[in-house]
Amino acid sequence: MSNDIVSVQGVSKRFGSVLAVDDVSFGIPRNEFFALLGPSGCGKTTLLRIIAGLEHPDDGAVIIDGEDMAGIPPNRRPVNMVFQSYAVFPHMTVAQNVAYGLRVTGTPRAEVSRRVDEALEIVQLAGLAGRKPHQLSGGQRQRVALARALVKRPKVLLLDEPLSALDAKLREQMRLELANLQQQVGITFIIVTHDQDEALSMADRIAVMNEGRVCQTATPDVLYESPASRFVAEFIGKVNLFESRVLGANGRTLAVEVGELGALEVPHEKAGPREGAAIALAVRPEKLTISTAPPDGDGRARLAVAARVINWAYYGDTSHMYVRTEKGLELNVNIQNTTRDTAESLNVGDAVWVSWAAADMIVLEE
Amino acid sequence: MESWRKHPLVFWILALPGSVWLVVFFLVPLAFVWVMSFGEKRGLLDIEITWTLSQYKAAFQPVYFKIIWKSLWISALVTALCIVLAYPVAFLVAFASPRAKPILLLLVIMPFWINMLIRTYALIAVFRTRGYVNFTLEWLWNTFWLDRLFGPFVPLELLYNNFAVIAGITYVFMPFMVLPLYATIERLDKSYLEASLDLGASQVRTFFSVTVPLTMPGIVSGIILVFIPAMGSFLIPDLLGGTNAQMVGNVIARQFKAANDWPFGAALSFLLMYATFGALALRALFAGRKSAMEV
Repeated sequence: MSNDIVSVQGVSKRFGSVLAVDDVSFGIPRNEFFALLGPSGCGKTTLLRIIAGLEHPDDGAVIIDGEDMAGIPPNRRPVNMVFQSYAVFPHMTVAQNVAYGLRVTGTPRAEVSRRVDEALEIVQLAGLAGRKPHQLSGGQRQRVALARALVKRPKVLLLDEPLSALDAKLREQMRLELANLQQQVGITFIIVTHDQDEALSMADRIAVMNEGRVCQTATPDVLYESPASRFVAEFIGKVNLFESRVLGANGRTLAVEVGELGALEVPHEKAGPREGAAIALAVRPEKLTISTAPPDGDGRARLAVAARVINWAYYGDTSHMYVRTEKGLELNVNIQNTTRDTAESLNVGDAVWVSWAAADMIVLEE
Repeated sequence: MESWRKHPLVFWILALPGSVWLVVFFLVPLAFVWVMSFGEKRGLLDIEITWTLSQYKAAFQPVYFKIIWKSLWISALVTALCIVLAYPVAFLVAFASPRAKPILLLLVIMPFWINMLIRTYALIAVFRTRGYVNFTLEWLWNTFWLDRLFGPFVPLELLYNNFAVIAGITYVFMPFMVLPLYATIERLDKSYLEASLDLGASQVRTFFSVTVPLTMPGIVSGIILVFIPAMGSFLIPDLLGGTNAQMVGNVIARQFKAANDWPFGAALSFLLMYATFGALALRALFAGRKSAMEV
């Protein structure tokens, strides 16, 4: 814990009758790009504002670089925030905006101008120092907000939905830029987002939140490939779910009975659930393979079901196929359009086989 | 608006009564008064329009100029007092809970429901020698045994002087300052204030560097809504000010009544109008700047 730059310990916050943040704890190591991900209203922004000092927790503590932040107002915390609306002061120029945080703390003039130039250089706004915010595009305003926060050299930079106001193309570009920027300046970033792609592509670690609680904190690949709960599995990416019942466990694998598929064995390392317990199995759409001929066993344990194509959506690089098995189970299969005629080879109503490796099944106990 | 343009006849018919009213009862009499300000008095009732500027020149005689100057500084002081007093009130209302907000706003505008004459007479009861302020002070004086140390309480002379006029005008016009301030503070994106705090500014610094500049349009509206009517006020100085605390409004009223010098009263009135136009131009300038800021 001592190595953590930010430590959130049992923090709760109530607004009237709503428990916005419910007993949340986590630690963030130095120089990490950490994301708080969750649907709107899950408490992620409230948590960020608690770290910034703009809200006071009802319970729990926020420790930043070993110092308890209780009772320390936002203007005396070693963190800075990029607001969702950017909050770039409309009555000041770009340079005045960036200089503001240094001037109010009495930094000498020469140092202010040097650091402002530096910060504007980092966010590639050097030529626009004299502009007023209304003369800037949304993307440029965001860079001003970034420069204004970074120029303070905070120990932690907080970003509240920083990309939500940008258009899709710019958003993708800024994702890469933010990740690079974080490497370049070597500051811990905490980003709040409801966009799973944003979190997966930028963050070193993600805390998934729902209804004020942290459901799982893990690296992006662990969250995606081994979600701890049904909520996480469904919130991040798409998933095919099978309601099933546990038949038995042997420590390495779990024998389960799935209504639509019959009895099967799936890998499960953890201490298994009790026999007879109702669990869910999940498999990601891209782990499924679709073929017109019955798949032949290739040595690995593979599951296969006959189905019919009922719908599909074409995305250029991929196609999302929706199929229904004879027992009425609907599955979502993502296929890569690896050749120019892949998309033409299947039509609605075609009889197909869907198969996948048993090892790709995720066991969800909750 | 589109459908209004398509049917201009309907538009004109609906606009006609109000327009006629304004032209007949406002613009025409105003023009009369304006023309009269270039006239000269001939006899008891006759006024000859000679397009002379002598009435305006007369307004700058020391005796009148002093009163105009006093009206100016009293109005300026009242406006300043209103800003200082109204800003915290407007802030409180803007940041109040959704349930408390309408009640607080109601309290701010409640004085409008009571006739100004009655409110001004009520102030006399508050400020006079045996009024509520002096009662309270006397009670405090006696409670803290100051009467045993310094002798009996001597009532303060609060009425029939500049103090009473300033207090009275401030009291009457404060809601006109609170409302525009409240409207701009309400609309102000609170994340500007949070960003300022987050960047290390104190609450005081945030107020002067962010809140005040961003609510300037409200301050300017408030200044205009308070300063102009304050310059023209005559009821309050008449009732609370006594003879030696009159303002330009009282002088104008006297020209049209007791002194029977309408041309001079008209010139004084129009001097106030010109000041008003100047103030409105100032406001337009600020409004223009603000809209440029928000693009």
